[in-house]
Amino acid sequence: MSSRRESTQHSIGDPQRNGSRDGESGLSTIGRPMRKVDGLAKSTGRARYTDDIRFPGMLHGKILRSPHPHARIVAIDTSRAEALEGVHAAVTGRDMPVTYGIIPWTPDEYPLCVDRVRYVGDGVAAVAAVDEDTAIAALDLIDVTYEELPAYLDPHEAIAADSGPYIHEPRKPGWNGNITKTVKLEFGDVDAGLEDAHIMVEGDYFFEGTTHTPIEPHCAIGLAEGNGRLTVWSATQVPHYLHRELARVLDVDPASVRVIQPPVGGAFGGKSEPFDLEFCVARLSMMTGRPVKILYTREEVFYSHRGRHPFHMRYRTGADREGMLTAVDSEIVMDGGAYASFGLVTTYYSGQLLTAPYQMPAYRFNSTRAYTNKPACGPKRGHGSVQPRFAFEVQLDRIAEKLSIDPIELRRRNFIGADTRTVNDLRVTSNGFLECLDEVERASGWKHKHRRLPFGRGVGVAGSTYITGTNYPVYPNDMPQSGIQLQVDRSGRVAVFSGASEIGQGVDSMVAYIVAEELGVPLAHVRVLAGDTDFTPVDLGAYSSRVTFMLGNACIDAARKLKAQVQEAVAAEWGARPGEVLLAGGLAVRAGDTATSMPLRVAFNLAEAMYGTLGSTGSYNTPKDVHGTYRGATIGASPAYSFTAHVAEVEVDVETGFVTVEKIWIAHDCGRALNPVLVAGQMEGSAYMGFAEALMEEQIFKTADQGRAGLHNAPSLLDYRIPTSLDTPALESLIVESIDPEGPYGAKEAGEGPLHPSIPAIANAIHDAVGVRMDSLPFSPPRVWRALRAVEDGRGDRVAGLRAAGVGGAT
Amino acid sequence: MLRLHPFRYHRPDTIEEAASLLAEFGADAMPIAGGTDLMPNMKHRLFTPAHVVSLNGIDAMRGIGFNAAGDRLRIGALEKLADVASHPVVRRHCPGLAEAAGLVAGPQLRNMGTIGGNVCLDTRCTYYNQTEFWRAALGYCLKKDGTVCHVTRVGRKCVAAHSADTPPNLIALGASLSLTGPGGTREIDAGDFFVTDGILNTRRAPDEIVTEVVIPITNGRHRSSYMKLRQRNSIDFPLLSVAIAGEFEDDGTVAGLTGVVSALGARPRVLAGWTEIAAGKRLGSRVIEALAERAWSQCRPLENIIVDAEWRRAMVPVFVKRALEGLDGK
Repeated sequence: MSSRRESTQHSIGDPQRNGSRDGESGLSTIGRPMRKVDGLAKSTGRARYTDDIRFPGMLHGKILRSPHPHARIVAIDTSRAEALEGVHAAVTGRDMPVTYGIIPWTPDEYPLCVDRVRYVGDGVAAVAAVDEDTAIAALDLIDVTYEELPAYLDPHEAIAADSGPYIHEPRKPGWNGNITKTVKLEFGDVDAGLEDAHIMVEGDYFFEGTTHTPIEPHCAIGLAEGNGRLTVWSATQVPHYLHRELARVLDVDPASVRVIQPPVGGAFGGKSEPFDLEFCVARLSMMTGRPVKILYTREEVFYSHRGRHPFHMRYRTGADREGMLTAVDSEIVMDGGAYASFGLVTTYYSGQLLTAPYQMPAYRFNSTRAYTNKPACGPKRGHGSVQPRFAFEVQLDRIAEKLSIDPIELRRRNFIGADTRTVNDLRVTSNGFLECLDEVERASGWKHKHRRLPFGRGVGVAGSTYITGTNYPVYPNDMPQSGIQLQVDRSGRVAVFSGASEIGQGVDSMVAYIVAEELGVPLAHVRVLAGDTDFTPVDLGAYSSRVTFMLGNACIDAARKLKAQVQEAVAAEWGARPGEVLLAGGLAVRAGDTATSMPLRVAFNLAEAMYGTLGSTGSYNTPKDVHGTYRGATIGASPAYSFTAHVAEVEVDVETGFVTVEKIWIAHDCGRALNPVLVAGQMEGSAYMGFAEALMEEQIFKTADQGRAGLHNAPSLLDYRIPTSLDTPALESLIVESIDPEGPYGAKEAGEGPLHPSIPAIANAIHDAVGVRMDSLPFSPPRVWRALRAVEDGRGDRVAGLRAAGVGGAT
Repeated sequence: MLRLHPFRYHRPDTIEEAASLLAEFGADAMPIAGGTDLMPNMKHRLFTPAHVVSLNGIDAMRGIGFNAAGDRLRIGALEKLADVASHPVVRRHCPGLAEAAGLVAGPQLRNMGTIGGNVCLDTRCTYYNQTEFWRAALGYCLKKDGTVCHVTRVGRKCVAAHSADTPPNLIALGASLSLTGPGGTREIDAGDFFVTDGILNTRRAPDEIVTEVVIPITNGRHRSSYMKLRQRNSIDFPLLSVAIAGEFEDDGTVAGLTGVVSALGARPRVLAGWTEIAAGKRLGSRVIEALAERAWSQCRPLENIIVDAEWRRAMVPVFVKRALEGLDGK
């Protein structure tokens, strides 16, 4: 059994910065630890989440879900449900027969199933009633006749199918309708690279599916007003895409649709596309003229899923005598579940995002995403790249072992560098990966621990990279990816209208810090109004770690335009040049003559008198020359990449298989920490989430032998285990600042990258501790126990050897 | 969210009133104390009583203390698990029981859940503790609404697992339970309270109330310990539990030794043959190995819990060994 920990330690090291030092940055607000603007409201229970919103006359909706993994809908009759007292309306798929999909090239979902259900939990009908109990009772009165179809649970079987019925209609005759996408790309001569290698390591890896488990279940309210307007409140992380899809699917003018995103209680990628409940509340409200709310049960959150894909991976990695990579080859089969979701992108990401922080002369990947009759997989924190990163970093550890090179040294030698291009032609700018390695090596005491700890205890290292936003939006257009609007009041207060989605990551705070920095106003004078498509400029959403970079740059753009007007007006008043007017600390001050100053409120009033009502807009769009020209080259292209290294220290109980992760040192190059507390929070949260996937999480399903094929094994937070505070390791955040040339004040992402190395670092630490390679996730006690037994029974390597030598006390 | 079904809530002040309400409404009534087991089970529609009889107003079912003779420790059934876990008398005389009470679920649930409720905890199974929708999609199971056991796939016997932490300790300690029903009060040994039927695994009649737990306290050298196998350090039900109580002579040799293993089947299992292995001997490593081996040969976990049954079985001797080692210093 793992030991109990009295408390979990958290600590943040001083940022390690390339180039400028703190005093030289000239920044007053940016870079300092500050509260979140919404922190107090959330921590004291005053934040109003979607389910906290109630309207007079509001109806409650419920969705009827399929008990079959794969079946044709022969008939649906809602008349008995509609006749129940208190029921106001019922809808079925035939009322909304328009397909949608977050990726415009793969629309394969209906708001409610029209003629086919594809997983246990697929929505088939919905009702709105006076209260939840009546709505639940009404679902029992909906008569659905199904004709069951064979179900596919295994992606390999789905791919091997040579005749229908497929899970989806093939896009072309003769194609396999069980395949979402196959991507094969090769850069350089992989076969030659492997042939010339001094050693070649080959391995099969399996990453089990996991889901996001946000604390807040999905919730939406629809309100259709008599004037033709439709408002939807939703716990979404993509209000703009929801806005578009609602209008398209419901066939209403987008100009009459308003999406409001209240505070969201966690998303992690699980709320980054439209879901059935949003269409249903809208449609049911249009039918009844009443507000309609639907709140998922926890079970429905598991069914809506869109979590991490199970990946079956084979890697071949070649290296020369010095450990320099010669070639990397991968074959990946992805278990996509019933719908495409972001799957087209996931398939590319499974290969495209592996090409840094290490130099690879040759690289090939062959990835196929299969449909299966299970809840659809999609983007979860570290979309598409967490699974390959696990396999690849274990491969590197095996190479280091075989060549007797320290694993950190091996990673240093292969460092790709800054201001370069990857083998697949992605532009890399700032790169603090070496500093990340230095930091975790130093802080963890690596040199005294690796291969030196007693049997049962070990350390492991892993590195990674991640995108800071995607270069292209999910629908092609030339407009900015991010926009913001500022408006100044005569009181000195600055309002920020932000289209971005605050999902706990701190985006509302981030723009407030930037406004305070640029205009010199106190943070308390900045108001952020966000996530309302009627009043805020478009931002594409909180996904792919894009918001700080893109919205931050848009915010700087807007604030500097406004600042220029204020400087002009004050300069005119003082008879000075605009450049001599400094805005800081709530004052306008004359450079070199600090006795000359005025309150900012007065400065703003002067500017308003000179220019009229004071406001500005700002926007950001990505550079378009940062990728290659091959088909798919744009996927994985990002304006900047973050870099991370972890060292994990573990204790393995060889009798039971329990792995206790004692501590994870997390070094992350976030460009610049706009608020180091928020960055460290993201680093800790990411490392925790990766640790959870490493040791516990499994989104798995019953088989036909177990009573019902495709039935979720345990759709509850009791049996789908995520670690409690008592299980969580000590986490030490080591912020590395490479000061990106294009990021806002040099910032890059910090929300997803720091998850990646957790899993392989733990796998590598287990190997250091007990000599077994964990190649399948999760590293749960039974699996580790079985791996240890297999070594004992058979190949007899480090466990038996060390036991014989009497090393370690765990046995 | 998952909703409770409509029911009438009663809150009597005495045991007799409660028993008569349960008798009056028969199968339509269920007692509730902390509700930490019953409430989720009602939300899952495993129970839909029209009448719920709260025991929380019955002061006679509270209190922890000795009888006049000082040889029996009485714990009122309404005592919260958190209070049992931290009570100095329980900790001194029954450390294994205190440990077990402190390992039930998480802090909030221990502040609500009672020891009487824990004794009466419904058996658990991966095919049973699920929502109405889930169980309907499955086609239900033998324990509730169905005809098939999905664990054994053969046989007509429900193998849902006894999953409470405190009863194995009560059995090992030789405790008894007081039950009051319309016919009066009776005492039953904790060891006889459970039966091997996963559908209903206790001898409590539906109109009976467990009112108190009574533990014999001897002046000899008594030690007890508890080990719980679970994947997280909080919240989880046991995947395996081991409770051990021993009486020792002054020279440290074993006078009596009882081991109880649970979370495997519907009833906690008292390990057979332990006294003959250990009596008159010290608990040295050879005796402990022999006891662990004996335990392993008697335990065969099933897939009623969604965790590798072979591993759970292999953990039996490991946890027995650790529990025996844990007797020291307690």
